[in-house]
Amino acid sequence: MKITVNVWRQKNAQTKGQMVKYHVEHVSPDMSFLEMLDVLNQQLIAKHEEPVAFDHDCREGICGSCGVMINGLAHGGNQATTTCQLHMRSFKDGDEITVEPWRAKAFPVIKDLVVDRGSFDRIIRAGGYISASTGSAPDANATPIPKDNADLAFDAAQCIGCGACVAACPNASAMLFTSAKIGHLGLLPQGQAERQSRVLNMVAQMDAEGFGGCTNIGECSAACPKEISLHFISRLNRDLLGATLSGGRTVE
Amino acid sequence: MTVDTKPQVETRRPVEYTDSRLNAKIPAGPVEQKWAKHKFDMKLVNPANRRKFTVIVVGTGLAGGAAAATLGEMGYNVRAFCYQDSARRAHSIAAQGGINAAKNYRNDGDSVYRLFYDTVKGGDFRAREANVYRLAELSVNIIDQCVSQGVPFAREYSGYLDNRSFGGAQVSRTFYARGQTGQQLLLGAYQSLSRQVAAGTVELNERTEMLDVIIINGRARGIVTRDMVTGAIESHLADVVILATGGYSNVFYLSTNAKGSNTSAIWRAHRRGAFFANPCYTQIHPTCIPVSGDHQSKLTLMSESLRNDGRVWVPKQAGDTRSPDKIPEDERDYYLERRYPSFGNLAPRDISSRAAKAVCDEGRGVGPGGLGVYLDFSAAMKRLGEATIRERYGNLFDMYERITGENPYKVPMRIYPAVHYTMGGLWVDYNLMSTINGLFVGGEANFSDHGANRLGASALMQGLADGYFVLPATISDYLAKGGFEAVDASHPAVKEVVEEVTARTQKLLSIQGTRSVDSFHRELGNIMWEYCGMSRTEAGLKKALELIPALREQFWSDVRVLGSGAELNQELEKAGRVADFIELAELMCRDALNRAESCGGHFREESQTDEGEALRNDDDYCYVAAWEYMGDPSSAVLHQEQLVFENVQLATRSYK
Repeated sequence: MKITVNVWRQKNAQTKGQMVKYHVEHVSPDMSFLEMLDVLNQQLIAKHEEPVAFDHDCREGICGSCGVMINGLAHGGNQATTTCQLHMRSFKDGDEITVEPWRAKAFPVIKDLVVDRGSFDRIIRAGGYISASTGSAPDANATPIPKDNADLAFDAAQCIGCGACVAACPNASAMLFTSAKIGHLGLLPQGQAERQSRVLNMVAQMDAEGFGGCTNIGECSAACPKEISLHFISRLNRDLLGATLSGGRTVE
Repeated sequence: MTVDTKPQVETRRPVEYTDSRLNAKIPAGPVEQKWAKHKFDMKLVNPANRRKFTVIVVGTGLAGGAAAATLGEMGYNVRAFCYQDSARRAHSIAAQGGINAAKNYRNDGDSVYRLFYDTVKGGDFRAREANVYRLAELSVNIIDQCVSQGVPFAREYSGYLDNRSFGGAQVSRTFYARGQTGQQLLLGAYQSLSRQVAAGTVELNERTEMLDVIIINGRARGIVTRDMVTGAIESHLADVVILATGGYSNVFYLSTNAKGSNTSAIWRAHRRGAFFANPCYTQIHPTCIPVSGDHQSKLTLMSESLRNDGRVWVPKQAGDTRSPDKIPEDERDYYLERRYPSFGNLAPRDISSRAAKAVCDEGRGVGPGGLGVYLDFSAAMKRLGEATIRERYGNLFDMYERITGENPYKVPMRIYPAVHYTMGGLWVDYNLMSTINGLFVGGEANFSDHGANRLGASALMQGLADGYFVLPATISDYLAKGGFEAVDASHPAVKEVVEEVTARTQKLLSIQGTRSVDSFHRELGNIMWEYCGMSRTEAGLKKALELIPALREQFWSDVRVLGSGAELNQELEKAGRVADFIELAELMCRDALNRAESCGGHFREESQTDEGEALRNDDDYCYVAAWEYMGDPSSAVLHQEQLVFENVQLATRSYK
């Protein structure tokens, strides 16, 4: 296959970027999308041109490093698929593909397709944990957890923190990401003690980072490679309302 | 609490054989009491004094993340580093199947002693008994800790935890979270770490790569890093340094590791005096998706848990190209069930991988290039129904279909072995300290617990045992003993290392040759897979030892790294890592050449039984091979730590 790609090139955060067109030869349908970019980069290096920078690591859809807008869709729009798992058999010979970084104020571009997602880490630091210091744990089977709750908690806990939800949202909201952690921990008996402070602090941090508000559009869930449900946003809103009405204080 | 009974066996070897530089510091006493006694004997640091000590932790996977979080909780001043953009992305995240623990919740005869026994045997009697026993002992605490952090392990309808079976064991002791156990355990550690970052006890440095270790007066006192965004090369000082930087499977170019996984941290430490133990012990995982072409950038594992229900087979006839559904039952060879009737499709990884290679070498492999075998679920689907199989393995089947474009509910999966884990690593004593004073090594980066072969679901167990429980205790003991002189960035030793790192980076950028970093890496991978892969020979290893130094020379005169060092430069990052892989590859081949026996993942063709099974040689090789760097990998000096088996009788490992 021969593919044409329009790629966002930006030297660094201070410089303005632009779209650049490249032709990639010898693309096999069995290649992953990132392997196609590898081929492009080898071509560029051979021509003494700087390769395109993009984040990637595990290349099996679990680390959450990779993620670009492909033809305007986060991770390319295939159901439950990260960029590294997208294969070129989803495209046709001669296709022209547009590749851009995540677009969100809270995800500033570092270089080319690489963005800074440190805002996600700061949301977790604001309360996305259970304060169980090492050594304080009772026996693992001391507290049975109904299977349905455990399964639902797992569904939320699958979030890989890639940022597709933010990139897909017209408001660049981080509600799906934040609600996944609130949902995961709030469904478990171990997560109850900090449930109110958790939702208040995480939402406050999410707002402080400059993510937009949620207007229930649902693009986030449709773009999520782990198919995290909008249900968790409802749970977050319910927890937030409860914590606010009960006068839950922000615990420092 | 499980009561363990210990069979009486003779001590095999006197300890005096061991090299004096390799004092493992194994506590005296019965194996069941060593850790408890040692914990009591170790010194403690008063809670009020802990913040006066600085601990550097490199790597934020299970071992590093857990250690940094726990040391932070204890009150130490922790500085953690990772090359990823977030600590949550360390490669532990990709572990699929599960984590072992001797909980005996199934009442199927499990115990700490049995997990210990299975692990020593599974490691083909090349691991240190005392370390393995401690690992088995701590396994139960790990599960408790993780559940209290909110790790959503699989549960039964009763609400209690579920278990599954893994290779090399006849009990169900593996805890799991669908096919994403590593992810859930890592997120547990990451969340605990995040809590400490918020509390101010841990300073986290992402997108920061360690490029060297600083040693002052014989003690590890810091590291030199490159900020991967600004390119700044900086020194960081501390009282103690922990490396938890993972394994080096990417020396083969194609492996199941993340693209960024590398050996540089431990290799740089090796060059500064840390002995490298058993570098040739690599695990080739039997169930991975086969290579589809030259463009391949990495390999994807399909969890070992699939072998609970999948049956592995190839056609009986070489060159049989019929589609699998056209091959009648009596013309199929279920070779694992045939050769290893008692373990069948759940034979351990090293054995299953070699068996797959053997049938492919006979021309009976399937798929493009004949490098594949079938993993067939049709019998299980007939027995249990497609719905049950979908519930158990749905996410793995989907992943397979996304990558290959084939539907495994309709056609058998095609699988082939791929490099997955490295049992070798920096030599450490019982306290997980390397031969450099104050340099501790945890998780896959050390060599200690898996011997020559790691059993499934044991890597997560080891990473977390090291991180949550072992390192926090032994680091405290080291710090409590004191004697730290004050050092700062103006110390000549610090300046010297910073200058060396800067010069090396400049050198890589200045060569401006004709070949890309990847082309060297692929060539190195081909050499290693061919001569130091699933089976090894004296002639092949000698050939590799000619090819690798030549490749190294070519690399340093012809590599092309574009751009500058003062910015995000992914080619420069890769170049530094590949340069270290090339040096490590040479040491691996030397180690494989020296070990003229077959054990675990290391199979020497010269050393096999008439039936083609691995033939171990306990008279000559019952030792840990620890290599000392002497200025060049080709002049590394071998030191031996003799292994003593006081509890588990050295025996031929049989799964028949």
